[in-house]
Amino acid sequence: MATIVAVLEQRDGALRKGAIELLAAARQLADQCGATVDALVCAAGDVAGIDTLGAAGADRVLVAKHADFATYCPDGIVATVASLPAPRAVLVAATATGKDLAPRIAARVGGPCGMDVTAVSIEGDAVRVTRPVYAGKAIQTVDLSGVAVVAVRPSAYQAVSAGKAGAVESVAVPEFTRRLTVTGVSRPEQEAIDIAEARVVIAGGRGLGDPKHFALLEQLGAAFGGEAAVGASRAVVDAGWIGHGAQVGQTGKTVAPELYFAIGISGAIQHLAGMRTARTIVAINRDKDAPIFKVADYGIVGDLFEIVPALTEAIRQARS
Amino acid sequence: MKIAVCIRRTPDTTAKITIAAGGKGIDESQVKFVPNPYDEYAVEAALTLAAENPGSETVVIALGPDSVQETMRTALAMGIDRALHLQGSPSNDGLANARVLADHLRSGGYDLILCGKLAVDDYGQQTGPMIAELLGIPCATAITSLKIENGTATVEREIEGGTESATCALPALFTTDKGLNNPRLPGVKGILAAKKKPFEVIPVEVGAAQATVVSLALPPERPAGRIIGEGAAAVPALIDALKNEAKVL
Repeated sequence: MATIVAVLEQRDGALRKGAIELLAAARQLADQCGATVDALVCAAGDVAGIDTLGAAGADRVLVAKHADFATYCPDGIVATVASLPAPRAVLVAATATGKDLAPRIAARVGGPCGMDVTAVSIEGDAVRVTRPVYAGKAIQTVDLSGVAVVAVRPSAYQAVSAGKAGAVESVAVPEFTRRLTVTGVSRPEQEAIDIAEARVVIAGGRGLGDPKHFALLEQLGAAFGGEAAVGASRAVVDAGWIGHGAQVGQTGKTVAPELYFAIGISGAIQHLAGMRTARTIVAINRDKDAPIFKVADYGIVGDLFEIVPALTEAIRQARS
Repeated sequence: MKIAVCIRRTPDTTAKITIAAGGKGIDESQVKFVPNPYDEYAVEAALTLAAENPGSETVVIALGPDSVQETMRTALAMGIDRALHLQGSPSNDGLANARVLADHLRSGGYDLILCGKLAVDDYGQQTGPMIAELLGIPCATAITSLKIENGTATVEREIEGGTESATCALPALFTTDKGLNNPRLPGVKGILAAKKKPFEVIPVEVGAAQATVVSLALPPERPAGRIIGEGAAAVPALIDALKNEAKVL
């Protein structure tokens, strides 16, 4: 029987955010073509939550254990995936790690690779994927034949409840050469959520006037508890006001949070491309003709130094 | 050290995208093309390493029609030593392109192959790591730091919630992210020198594609929003809208 393999990401024995959503995508795809879902977990030791993967859509949970899987080990994961009987499709989450992995799996199994996919389905003999291109300025639909390797954006799918157990089986890790050794992951002292994963993104631009005024955005973020991350326009990243990891837009990150604040950002076309799929967009800008107001659901025209502190206080009260 | 840099040309990121007749690609007539921004970090990294390691050779490689030569000349003007143009039509299937590039890189004796982490048109994000896999060499994608000492590379890349460090032996392939360096601008001297640098053109055939573009469309327009008001006085109305209308609080 045809299988869909979902390669689930774990770090330090915990499944990464997005694993359940990836299984939902795999489940839908499998149900369309009468295939089964194999969830593959590569780890050095036990992984918490393995027993919940059946309920999330896996028919089988394949656990591949190897000492080298204590850190991300692309060579070992690629070898393990390639050793499985040829699946109809291989799905990974479109995270930094998943996007590193997917093309290598594709090259190893000789299949096409679809990146940053927001919808995947079966279309005749092909696996059809929909994906933003030009940083979201256009949407491309592509048919993949052969063993399709698809990096799915976790935010594009909602967890499903399949209501069954999902058999846990161990699979052997074939011999492989570890060409790259991941030596560690350093976390910032105050672990901030990534703008690509945050529920709320508060982005600032030139209108802030000075890098120190990002503190205002940090305070607004703090009012959302641990759910917000601070982002930025390309102009202020290029000016060195904030690290490039915060950049939203075509040469930065594409974000799709539930709530996006564009503060002192005029809305250059390449910025809009990176945030236009946010569910709700709020713009605060002193220029009422700024392009950002064309994509914003709600706008306030005026002095951000007056509006943002008032907003911070109001959010605090609304959430308390 | 012998370093190859694979580059592409892409529409300028400030370009407005319109869909061409046929609905599968963009209308290129109104678009200005530039070197893919992420490839410029790869070029800069190659030039920096070459300067640190006397006797190095840097080669810019591109697969594409003749229009890519202008982009390759920009790399030569920045300081790359020579160009290898694989003349042909790139596929929508990254693996088909990677195979052509890998075939020509395999025999080149490169210690290091650098690519941009993605091209800002198709966002494929795959050709580099596919080349590495086909060549059987180590690979790290989207690096923001690169150090090479005694044939060993140490790289850093940003992942969700942290920075990942990795090491590998050369030869290796890395794809470059913003933050790795600040690419230089080609000067007049460089532009003049570029005209005299070796420029090899090899016609290539790109193999059959397993990826077929069905359609390219503009995203749905966002429904029109509204200006809630002016200044801090508008904050209560915004809170009300976020709470009761958008239901995001």
